[in-house]
Amino acid sequence: MIGLPHFLILAAALFCIGFYCAVVKKNAIAVFMGIELMLNSANINLVAFNRFIAPDKLDGHVFAIFVMVVAAAEVAVGLALIVSIYRHRKSATVDDLNLMKW
Amino acid sequence: MDPDAIVTLIISNAIFFLLAAVIIVCAILMVSSRNLVHSALFMVAVFIGIAGVYAMLSADFLAVAQVLIYVGAISVLLVNGVMLTRRADMKSSNPGNNHKLGAFLTAIGLFGVLTWKVLSTEWAASSAPPAETTAGQIADLLLGKYVVPFEAAAVLLLVAMAGAILLAKGADFKK
Repeated sequence: MIGLPHFLILAAALFCIGFYCAVVKKNAIAVFMGIELMLNSANINLVAFNRFIAPDKLDGHVFAIFVMVVAAAEVAVGLALIVSIYRHRKSATVDDLNLMKW
Repeated sequence: MDPDAIVTLIISNAIFFLLAAVIIVCAILMVSSRNLVHSALFMVAVFIGIAGVYAMLSADFLAVAQVLIYVGAISVLLVNGVMLTRRADMKSSNPGNNHKLGAFLTAIGLFGVLTWKVLSTEWAASSAPPAETTAGQIADLLLGKYVVPFEAAAVLLLVAMAGAILLAKGADFKK
């Protein structure tokens, strides 16, 4: 029987892949993709807990919707930042963005 | 156990492991792909798989919202970002830095710890049946218990939209 641990382990694997992507990639957009994977794995956890621990309430679904809203806002602002930086510095590589590095 | 229940069990197992395989394989291909556009396409496949997982968890509204928001909107935004910041050779547009080994070990370690904790915890699972449809109940929660976060999310989206336009267009502050 497919239970809660199956979904939690799937989400954990997805989170770790997203973490690896966000840490290793040079291109800022690839870093964003990794962050999206991590947010999605958190959403799977929320919905799985809701389904298996408290199926009569839907608070987990509402939390997942809020995560989606914040992810959408984050992607819009982040991509605008990347486009703006690319226009000024002709590069979308995170290694080049060392202006504030001490 | 009657035969119908066994057939249902086998089918739900098969669907889950198929979805999990699609999600994990596409996520790994997304990370390992050299071409950023291919990465974005594999990311879309991952999102569709996650929508299937939501459907398995009887979250019908979230499954549709996942397809609309992630597959429809966020992936298009990301591909637009790729196209606006592209370079001459698309083939090697997705390089990695030299923290590969450390990041890999950290990810594997994190996965190991999470799996160990998930398997060693006694979950207080409830056997109550899931809701038939979720949209009505979600609407009640959003406009009742969670009405303040709902309005805050609306303001956040408005601010993010205005901020994104301002950042991408370039503001003229010398007025």
